[in-house]
Amino acid sequence: MTVSPEPTTSPAPAETAATRPATASARARQRLTPFWRAVGAIAWKDLRAEIRSRELINSMVLFTFMTVMVFSLALELDREARQTTVAGVLWVTVVFAGMIGLSRSLAAEKDRGSLDALLLAPIDRGALFFGKMIGNLLFVLVIALVLLVLLTVLFNVTLLKPLLVLVVLLGSIGFTAAGTLLSSMTVHARAREALLPIILMPVVLPVLISAVRASTTILEGLPRDDWLPWLQLLAVADVIFLAAGYGLFDYVVEE
Amino acid sequence: MPVTADRMIEIRKLTKTFGLNPVLRGLDLDVPRGQFLTLLGPNGSGKTTLLRILGALARPTSGTVRIGGWELPSEAEFVRAQLGVVSHQPLLYDTLTAEENLLFFARLYHLPPETRRARVVEVLERVGLARRARDVVQTYSRGMQQRLAIARAILHNPAILLLDEPYTGLDQDAAAVLDDLLRQVATEGRTVIMTTHDLRRGYALADRIAILSRGKIAFDAPCREIDPDALPTLYADVTGAVTTR
Repeated sequence: MTVSPEPTTSPAPAETAATRPATASARARQRLTPFWRAVGAIAWKDLRAEIRSRELINSMVLFTFMTVMVFSLALELDREARQTTVAGVLWVTVVFAGMIGLSRSLAAEKDRGSLDALLLAPIDRGALFFGKMIGNLLFVLVIALVLLVLLTVLFNVTLLKPLLVLVVLLGSIGFTAAGTLLSSMTVHARAREALLPIILMPVVLPVLISAVRASTTILEGLPRDDWLPWLQLLAVADVIFLAAGYGLFDYVVEE
Repeated sequence: MPVTADRMIEIRKLTKTFGLNPVLRGLDLDVPRGQFLTLLGPNGSGKTTLLRILGALARPTSGTVRIGGWELPSEAEFVRAQLGVVSHQPLLYDTLTAEENLLFFARLYHLPPETRRARVVEVLERVGLARRARDVVQTYSRGMQQRLAIARAILHNPAILLLDEPYTGLDQDAAAVLDDLLRQVATEGRTVIMTTHDLRRGYALADRIAILSRGKIAFDAPCREIDPDALPTLYADVTGAVTTR
């Protein structure tokens, strides 16, 4: 049985109760749209729309550039102090630049009505969460990449280290997973742009603390036992936020 | 109550409240397969809320809703596969082209990759937008956007169309084009529910008219039993509204 019929010249009759699969597991096997295909379609659509409009990425990059310039001019640090400070500058900038993207991602869908079109599609709402989250993650990673290069130049600290890139990836996943879920809660609120940072910051605190501590210890060249627990904590926080987003998105995205 | 294949939409004792404000109050409605039902009613009578519940965009507070035998909200994914929705908003991405929009929705509706592009071309030709397929939607007029919205709604060949005030913001020419399109899609055996404030247009397209007032169906009759000239008076009597149409 295929619930979503192949187009023909006349509409296929709807499936009825008599033809529905008997068990929950059989129904689960007959998912209407393969989960990851829907995820890919949504993320690709976000990326394509953004490449064309450059609405978000321009604001995020400009904000990143200005923030880093302010930090670099305001902080006159010696080499040792730079290594301990740069991780804080990195994550403060990632979080606030990322917030611009997160607050607009679902709000733009809501404003133009396309959020309803997504919610009407016969896909698992978890796929919608992952699709939007991956789109947001790509924008945050672009910002993080710009930041790594800018901070390397302006603070004269080598940030392009594989381990630090891993921390940035894990931290960005946790941040965007929590942010995508919470932005779906605030999208119906009148003061959503102001509300999102207020409720997001306390929630992502474990991710931020772990990311900053892991980044600092890696930049200071400390032994593995110093940074590994923070990396593990970061991975655990990612799993929790991804699971929460997948499980709760269906409930929070409805009015 | 057993579900019959001919009863496409079955609503029993449906209520919906927002906070303390009841919008739908024990609404009962059956719509047979292939029928075009126009739902009239003043602002705030619950038309859009009813369509949002049918589209699984809102959960009922109580009551049962079955569409094609699938129950809402527990089997919402199966229900959504049967639905095409046209709203007063086009529900499209204005920075993407018409073709990109439809290809995106074709993927979400699980159209097979080998027929996806052909189907997009087919529906674009159907709504008269094939020549503008590669233009971004923000360059389209309101009427063209609404035609593209219909293309999106019929892309997966749904058995049921929900039209929520589709004529809003259209000029006379665009509305006439939309009339023709809706007549075409309605004659293909689809079940259609349309909400509108335009009594004349609603009557001309429908097989049956229902009037929603204060969260309940206050009037329900086949069009053949209604005198079109008397419809404005009937509407005013049922809803207590003043109408000139």
